Amino acid sequence: MSEAHGHPHHEAGAGQTISPYAHRIRAIEALLVERNVLTEPEVQDQIAYMESRSPENGAKLVARAWVDPEFKTRLLSDTKTAAQELGIDASGPVEFVVVENTPRVHNLIVCTLCSCYPRAILGRPPDWYKSFNYRSRAVKEPRAVMREFGFEPPEDVEVVVHDSTADVRYMVLPIRPPGTESLSEEELAALVTRDSLIGVSAPRFAGS
Amino acid sequence: MTFEPGNRVRVRASEKPGHVRTPEYLRGKTGRVESVLGEFPNPEDLAYGLSGRPERLLYKVSFRQTDLWNDYEGPGDDRLYADVYEHWLEPDEGETT
Repeated sequence: MSEAHGHPHHEAGAGQTISPYAHRIRAIEALLVERNVLTEPEVQDQIAYMESRSPENGAKLVARAWVDPEFKTRLLSDTKTAAQELGIDASGPVEFVVVENTPRVHNLIVCTLCSCYPRAILGRPPDWYKSFNYRSRAVKEPRAVMREFGFEPPEDVEVVVHDSTADVRYMVLPIRPPGTESLSEEELAALVTRDSLIGVSAPRFAGS
Repeated sequence: MTFEPGNRVRVRASEKPGHVRTPEYLRGKTGRVESVLGEFPNPEDLAYGLSGRPERLLYKVSFRQTDLWNDYEGPGDDRLYADVYEHWLEPDEGETT
């Protein structure tokens, strides 16, 4: 492990290579630390913060909204406060908006400009969400993109794409699958996938 | 100028360089103000270490997909929402959709 530039936590393991982009970001980070803009503990705290978020948070919010109509109303009108009720801290400068799928409307989230995502709730986005392919196609041919995820809303369902271009982060509230009336809140949460929170697919229930 | 939900708007066809949050595919396109999202520091200034003041109003604007893409594959009801800052919008006096 090299200590040459004071970043012992950054070395790739045996057999791994470091991309030019990774080299660049490490150089930028080293400069920010050197110029006292950031400290190493702040960088580590931010990594820990991000890794403590996951799609499970979104699944908990959705399952609660499915079983509690009043919670659903709060989730749709004031997402941060509703999240706080379940112990999910989404406070911060960006706004959160949850958009509800209905039998007539299906929502899909993208950020064409970069990789805006409700990170304070769901953590880091999947790699495909940041890909040029998804970002360019989700706005122009959303139905083709969803088909590739194995999901095809009927033609009479309005597909609504949300391009997260500014200071609001979006998450989808999917439709509760039919046949799930007897499931517990925990069992319902297990049906809610990350992809269904982005809108490229929908929760499925195969039955017991 | 400020807008209200329901107003028809056109996205400015500006080619302002740098860190702008208005995607190119929306420039020059017409849509409808869906809601007012609030005031935020201007990201075009924040990106360069400035204060972003005065804050700018941000609107959720609804576009018909068939107005954005000539060869859109889906039904005419499909829509796209984007969040656009006030200084990127101008009134559109065209037909309502």
